Amino acid sequence: MTAIRTAPRPEDWVRLTPQGLYVEPAGLYIDPVRAVPRAVITHGHADHARAGHGAVLATAETLAIMDARYGTAHTPVRQPVAYGATVDVNGVRLHLLPAGHILGSAQVVLEWRGQRIVVSGDYKRRRDPTCPSFVVESCDVFVTEATFGLPVFRHPPDRAEIGRLLHSVQLFPERCHLVGVYALGKCQRVIALLREAGYDQVIYLHGALASLCDLYRRLGIALGELRPVAGTSKEALRGAIVLAPPSAVADRWSRRLPDPVVAVASGWMRIKQRARQQGVELPLVISDHADWDELTRTIDEVAASEIWVTHGREEGLVHYATRRGIRARALALVGYEDEDSA
Amino acid sequence: MSAAFETTAAVRDAETGSMDRFARLLDDLLFSPSRLTKLRLMKEYFAEAPDPDRGYALAALTGSLDFRFAKPATIRQLVESRVDAALFAWSYDYVGDLAETAALIWPGTTVANAPAPRLSTIVAGLDGATRADVARLLATWLDQLDPTGRWALIKLMTGGLRVGVSARLAKTALAEMGGIEVAEVEELWHGLAPPYTDLFAWLGRRGPKPTVDHASTFRPIMLAHALEEAELAAMAPGDFRAEWKWDGIRVQLVARHGRRRIYSRTGDEISGSFPDVVQALDFDAVLDGELLVRRGDDVAPFNDLQQRLNRKLVNDKMLEAYPAFVRLYDILFEGEEDLRTLPFDARRARLESFYARHIAGTNLAARFDVSPMIPFSDWEMLREIRAGADVRASEGVMLKRADSPYVAGRPKGLWFKWKRAAATIDAVLMYAQRGHGKRSSFYSDFTFGCWREAPDGGRELVPVGKAYFGFTDAELAQLDRWVRAHTTERFGPVRAVEPRLVCELAFDGVQRSTRHKSGLALRFPRIHRIRWDKPAEEADLIETLVAMIRD
Repeated sequence: MTAIRTAPRPEDWVRLTPQGLYVEPAGLYIDPVRAVPRAVITHGHADHARAGHGAVLATAETLAIMDARYGTAHTPVRQPVAYGATVDVNGVRLHLLPAGHILGSAQVVLEWRGQRIVVSGDYKRRRDPTCPSFVVESCDVFVTEATFGLPVFRHPPDRAEIGRLLHSVQLFPERCHLVGVYALGKCQRVIALLREAGYDQVIYLHGALASLCDLYRRLGIALGELRPVAGTSKEALRGAIVLAPPSAVADRWSRRLPDPVVAVASGWMRIKQRARQQGVELPLVISDHADWDELTRTIDEVAASEIWVTHGREEGLVHYATRRGIRARALALVGYEDEDSA
Repeated sequence: MSAAFETTAAVRDAETGSMDRFARLLDDLLFSPSRLTKLRLMKEYFAEAPDPDRGYALAALTGSLDFRFAKPATIRQLVESRVDAALFAWSYDYVGDLAETAALIWPGTTVANAPAPRLSTIVAGLDGATRADVARLLATWLDQLDPTGRWALIKLMTGGLRVGVSARLAKTALAEMGGIEVAEVEELWHGLAPPYTDLFAWLGRRGPKPTVDHASTFRPIMLAHALEEAELAAMAPGDFRAEWKWDGIRVQLVARHGRRRIYSRTGDEISGSFPDVVQALDFDAVLDGELLVRRGDDVAPFNDLQQRLNRKLVNDKMLEAYPAFVRLYDILFEGEEDLRTLPFDARRARLESFYARHIAGTNLAARFDVSPMIPFSDWEMLREIRAGADVRASEGVMLKRADSPYVAGRPKGLWFKWKRAAATIDAVLMYAQRGHGKRSSFYSDFTFGCWREAPDGGRELVPVGKAYFGFTDAELAQLDRWVRAHTTERFGPVRAVEPRLVCELAFDGVQRSTRHKSGLALRFPRIHRIRWDKPAEEADLIETLVAMIRD
């Protein structure tokens, strides 16, 4: 895609407002942090998908996730858009492409007067059994996240991490393994990876994880046999794998478990001291965000002449792009990372 | 032995003796909160890894390795030769630990791309390396290792593994592995050197007990049990001898064939910090005593001794301001003669005679005296003496069976410490922090404060100390509930609570401290009683504690 002489400057039509990124000619906000008349939502995590917008455009899966989390009254108007289908909003052509972050996650591709801007939302580049993989789309401006935007963050293969979990389960058959996972995305991905690794035992869930697992199943993701921890005897949990939100791991809730080995599945687990401070015994480096290599590779592949960084460790990625002769700036959007930095 | 078997063994050794396997051990140790698990991990490793690699691992775990040119600056420079300096600086700032930052940022795949070097290869390489060699070797190895291997390598090089394993715990793992007492390992320890091949051979019953030159080695020390007052009824006063339990640090003085050493009770050599005492070890004996600092004719407070501890260099001013001396308790060797099997009374007579012949009346007498015995006829009398005023530098009394031999460790029924009743104070709970391991879901570390006058004329609480034991599991559950229900603020794992709950703290002393806002610190504070009934306003004033400072 080449910018033609008459092309607008990108900031003339997509700009930063207190509500979030605003596509002015279309009257659309992308992942707004406050209620707006018309929102495009990249994915269902609470920091990106908030309740109360006048209308919501998103993938059908993301809309289903928002309905499950907020109840169907969160917006009066839903506009499901399939990956690849083009929508025209007041002269702005818009389509969604898989972002590979969680089920339903999408990049927003915007075209106006010969210019193309891609807003990635959160994304990763590696394969995930619970959602389609990221699609590279060349563009003039690429708006990227930078949650793990420092070269110390390089996630190992997720199969190796799942292997470490299963090895530990074998080593301590008398204990239970409590794995801290975000309720949306990470939970279902860890379950699917365990199933792929041949683990066919019942997996036990904290109550807060049940409804989203049910939703994933209704949307066609196989998760095998799941059971709530509540109502299961301590004895039955010996040798079992239990999933819970990270906040429940160090909470009173965990006292019902038999001598748990505390694991947390997150990209932050790469930093040993950080994992240790949280009292984690088995850190599993499994992330739904692009690591440094994926971020930089993506910047190279989309071949944009300009990079905007929404949130995370922006300075590293801006530095990288600048050194490659690409214009880059940090948008310093506030309000993101709430759910994931827990 | 067939060629095929030899090959298999070599392949296995290359794997279990590799830097990767050692890195996995360190990583597992770092994340294991329980002592039992740590012991099990070390035993597994020592059983699995071959010589000499496991010996170097043991040396690393016990802090016995030191590489001259492997310093943090070397590592920083090397990383900056491969990685953008700005990205490295931001990363270091974010991670906060040089070894970990360097390990993670080092370019290369996230999985190892070559067989990992043997641990012994690394140690041998570093040992003879010049400054220039170190950087080159390090780069080669970093290229061959995965991130955890790189982290372990840098930790190994720069010293200070910090994986929550003490030298003592590593030795305990060895002892359990060989089915012997840890004291036996400690007795040999200072006569052995990495890679400890003969030690492992003996532990694996494939060789004789190593013989070491005992001349200047540490002998494991004899320790006492805390006395339960109820036990006194069954103890005949005539069977026991009493002496003061001085408030310094227990040491062993080893002076043999002109070699002079001071060891702490755990066998760490501390000679470097006490040249004044070392100089006076002008005799041939092994003695047991308490290291103290003198102030005039008195024993100085523990605080003065602390000025002298853990110092690599001691200047003349320190030596003059805080003169050290040793108050002798026991004699283990005189010349070549091992006295440890003699009864206490006989050893005591030998100690007094030794002192009279070699120390009394010489210039050595400034550095040594003999801890006096306390004459008593029955327990009631001793109880009164113990409670008496003239015990300012002591923590209580020691009771030693008159017929007790000098036995390493903490043998039952021979020696007892009868501590003075602890001081107590009523303090208000201010902060609570989540514990570790089994306690990670409980608020179990508590910070307490006492009242003082505030600048505005009212009263304010200032922290005086932290206590994390002294309560039962049931009480911990109650405290935890109380903390959760009365939280006013949260800072990460710490909660500030309403200043409403009073606890009676027991402690062994009060010291001045510049580190605490209150200007003082409690020694060994623990929760004595939870005073659910007591209003916070009635807790103690800071002045009460100030009056208890001994200086």
